[in-house]
Amino acid sequence: MRMLALPFLFALAAICTPVYSANVDYAKSEITFVSKQMNVPVQGRFKKFTAQIDFDPKKLANAKALLEVDLASVDTGSADADAEVGKKAWFNTSAFPTAKFVSSSVTQTGPDKYEAHGKLSIKGIGVDVAAPFVVKRAGDAVTYEGGFILKRLQFKIGEGVWSDTETVADEVQVKFRIVTTGNK
Amino acid sequence: MNPSAARYTSVAISLHWLIATVILCTFLLGQYMTGLEVSPAKLKLYSYHKWIGVTIFLLVLIRLGWRLLHRPPPPPAAMPAWQHSAANIVHFLLYALTLTIPVSGWLMSSASGFQVVYLGQFPIPDLLPKDKNMAEQLKHLHEALNWLMLALVALHAAAALKHHMLDRDDVLRRMLPFLKQRSALK
Repeated sequence: MRMLALPFLFALAAICTPVYSANVDYAKSEITFVSKQMNVPVQGRFKKFTAQIDFDPKKLANAKALLEVDLASVDTGSADADAEVGKKAWFNTSAFPTAKFVSSSVTQTGPDKYEAHGKLSIKGIGVDVAAPFVVKRAGDAVTYEGGFILKRLQFKIGEGVWSDTETVADEVQVKFRIVTTGNK
Repeated sequence: MNPSAARYTSVAISLHWLIATVILCTFLLGQYMTGLEVSPAKLKLYSYHKWIGVTIFLLVLIRLGWRLLHRPPPPPAAMPAWQHSAANIVHFLLYALTLTIPVSGWLMSSASGFQVVYLGQFPIPDLLPKDKNMAEQLKHLHEALNWLMLALVALHAAAALKHHMLDRDDVLRRMLPFLKQRSALK
């Protein structure tokens, strides 16, 4: 499915948005997270997402990033939790299938170090987030690697009985690595 | 013979009954929690079950250390040699199971991708990497060892009652915290 969908998405991106400088290499890119259950760190990841990145260190004012994550593609690390997390109290994927991040600005914080600011929308709730990231260039490939702390209750991820943070911590460490190729 | 010398030490008696009670509770907890729907309560109970398992493992180490330093009272003189051997084998297996069952649970948790964090504070390293098939195998092992333990505990208890009711000797009484020895009552 992804193989079929990707060229279509790229074509769509090319028509609807300004021309981006590079293509994302999804085989080398990942969005992962660590949640804490009863203080036990549990690794998870999203198997399907799309990213559009326009980034030139010399023209930071024009930097843009758009990420869309297919929430149903979540791999929480256990089959029990995979089945649970799509439900209404969690992601409610039938009503809100995607999480979206749209950058508003990117600032430089050090050599090869930046911070992306923007709006993260999950379950119809938009929250301003800041995600520090590091940029590494190797040939025509550029890697953007970073993360931020997502507070799940801000997005009503885990409502009702699941809002108990003693069982599942409010803070979820989200990490991303986006690799783009064909950079000029 | 001095009857008090034929008793287990009070530390050995305390550890025996403490560990037996905790094992029974966590066995029942294990039976109960696995049937629950996914809920915060289930996550909590799984953690408690793992913490109790680690606690049992530590208590058994203390118990074994105590036993090495304090020899248990000898078997009754009238007891046939085969019964003595059978008792030794069952006792050895019970000690082995009280150590291997927590270990199998810990390995199963590791293979399932859930590190054991004792009391929510002390992370116990994962010996195995996450591996779904391995986790499934270890789950079966953890269960099988528990049923074996249950069978041996039943045998152990039946033997103790047989000594008490049929042989009318002190084998059970010397492990009971409150009852006096028959020999001391006479």
